[in-house]
Amino acid sequence: MTPTPPAIQTRHLQMQYGATRVLDDVTVTIGRGEVVALLGPNGAGKTTTIEILEGFRVPSGGEVTVLGETPHTAGEHWRARVGVVLQSWRDHGKWRVGEFLDYLGMYYADYATPDVQRPWPTTDLIERVGLGGKTLRRLDRLSGGERRRLDVAVGLLGRPEVLFLDEPTAGFDPQARRDFHELVRSLSDLDTTILLTTHDLTEAELLANRLLVLAGGSIVADGSPDDLRHRMSATASVRYRRDGQLHTESTEDPVSHLREAFAEPGVIQDLEVRRASLEEAYLTLVHQVETGADTDPASFGILPDELPDEREGA
Amino acid sequence: MPTVVRAGLRRARIELRQQIMTPMALFVLLGPAVMLAVLYWLRDSPLMESALSVGQFLVPAYLAFGIISGGVLGVSGEITTERDDGTLLRAKTVPHAMTGHLFAKFFVSIVTTLLPMTVIIVGASFLVDGVTPTTTWGWIRLLLLSVLTIAAMLPLGAVLGSIFKGPIALLWTTMVIYGLCAVSGLFYPITALPVWLQWIAQVFPVYWLGLGFRSVILPAEAVVLEIGESWRTWETFGMLGLWVVIGLVLAPIALRRMSRRQSGSALASARERVLTRGY
Ligand SMILES: Nc1ncnc2c1ncn2[C@@H]1O[C@H](COP(=O)(O)OP(=O)(O)OP(=O)(O)O)[C@@H](O)[C@H]1O
Ligand SMILES: [Mg+2]
Repeated sequence: MTPTPPAIQTRHLQMQYGATRVLDDVTVTIGRGEVVALLGPNGAGKTTTIEILEGFRVPSGGEVTVLGETPHTAGEHWRARVGVVLQSWRDHGKWRVGEFLDYLGMYYADYATPDVQRPWPTTDLIERVGLGGKTLRRLDRLSGGERRRLDVAVGLLGRPEVLFLDEPTAGFDPQARRDFHELVRSLSDLDTTILLTTHDLTEAELLANRLLVLAGGSIVADGSPDDLRHRMSATASVRYRRDGQLHTESTEDPVSHLREAFAEPGVIQDLEVRRASLEEAYLTLVHQVETGADTDPASFGILPDELPDEREGA
Repeated sequence: MPTVVRAGLRRARIELRQQIMTPMALFVLLGPAVMLAVLYWLRDSPLMESALSVGQFLVPAYLAFGIISGGVLGVSGEITTERDDGTLLRAKTVPHAMTGHLFAKFFVSIVTTLLPMTVIIVGASFLVDGVTPTTTWGWIRLLLLSVLTIAAMLPLGAVLGSIFKGPIALLWTTMVIYGLCAVSGLFYPITALPVWLQWIAQVFPVYWLGLGFRSVILPAEAVVLEIGESWRTWETFGMLGLWVVIGLVLAPIALRRMSRRQSGSALASARERVLTRGY
């Protein structure tokens, strides 16, 4: 018996649109059952990468396999093992939630095995993605977040071995987000390999045991959320008022910084010491890549106050 | 029954139900209603020096026109829309769903083209004299001809729909088709046109299906209005058959080429276009 191939493997993956090179050299291996978040600024090529892995685009160079097959040449049997949630959909507006899932589910019936029931029973699935009671709703009458949940449901319909989610929680309210996180966690218990993109770093940290950061055409960071934090930033930000005047400082050694601060005269109030967040680490990293700088991240002195709030726009 | 065919039938049923439930469904009947009114109005006007009335001559023209607009324009329009709204891309994400989708399209188009045709022919048989086949063989030929024409038109619709982009393209397709109808002697005898135009018309299927319907429906003496004063039955079936083959060869190529280009970003740019330009 041949060993099972990794869920996803790319080597020197390249993608070029006309003269613009979007992916330069993406080399990554993702094992079965891993939950991986692909991060990167707008236009970094996340969607491009995911669509290559889904078989919807042919890469300009390099090798790529998903479940041991080349996606853009793989057949329908391969297709049945892969679940896809694209970044945006607005198809089948006149269809109703229930009939739409029932219809698409028919195609998976041939792929059921004694162990795995396929398709995922529609009523259960609708409940699981939080669309209970909306079975008869027309798709074009769903709200943005509801629509997204339906897209996730379609991705899960065939109980895929590998699931691609491109910004699955864009437009979710906090409750929907939490429900979705639970759903993803229950899926990873089922040994589904999941690759998702998100602009929400808290979400990435919650869901994924591994983060990939795509910037400048290649993977610039690959590791657990803690790895990324530690690698990028040993700094902490210190913030306090002395005699009413605000002081903010970012330092690698907050303890001695504070010791000095207390040694000086004046009343210190509102003292706050914060470890660098994942978000800071991420932004520092991306900034480094974009400016081509290779300096110590701490020297950028980026402070939370000055950070653009990326989560807002996500 | 294989899963794809079952799924295709299910899809066809759902789509037909959706079409019937919309106000657009009335248009399907409005067209034939207007045509029937015209037929009734012109039932006694003599057509040139022939023994036919204009109303009589228009019945086969309307039947042919119904199949052309239902088959070519309907299918190409739907394919353009489905490409831009992601319906086709969705089908690509599910195993065999693209095949099922095409099955459904085929079933739906047969129903939506034959329905108005039936209304016209039944209505006309009450309003105008001498516009229905008089023998069983005549009816069989009408049915065969309808099936052959639909088979010729649907793939051509798919080809045109996948070549052109956006609803502006639909406008082009419409103009091409209407232009062909105009030079093909659908609505007046082709022998009234200049000879060089007659030659051009005879390359395209529109002329032949018009001729086919006239030969089945009009009384025998109407043949004097045709090229060479002959119905050319074998040539008709030959040419339509040839166009079926051309369509069946080209359609999968065009569809595959189009669906290969489908991706999320293609969708996004189509949406962008709609948002900024409004079509
Ligand atoms: N079909 C295309 N033709 C030309 N350029 C393209 C095409 N698709 C994507 N691009 C360009 O490639 C780059 C990467 O796009 P991609 O959609 O992969 O980014 P992304 O990381 O998913 O961004 P976002 O976070 O905004 O979703 C962008 O600059 C985009 O303009
Ligand atoms: Mg994207």
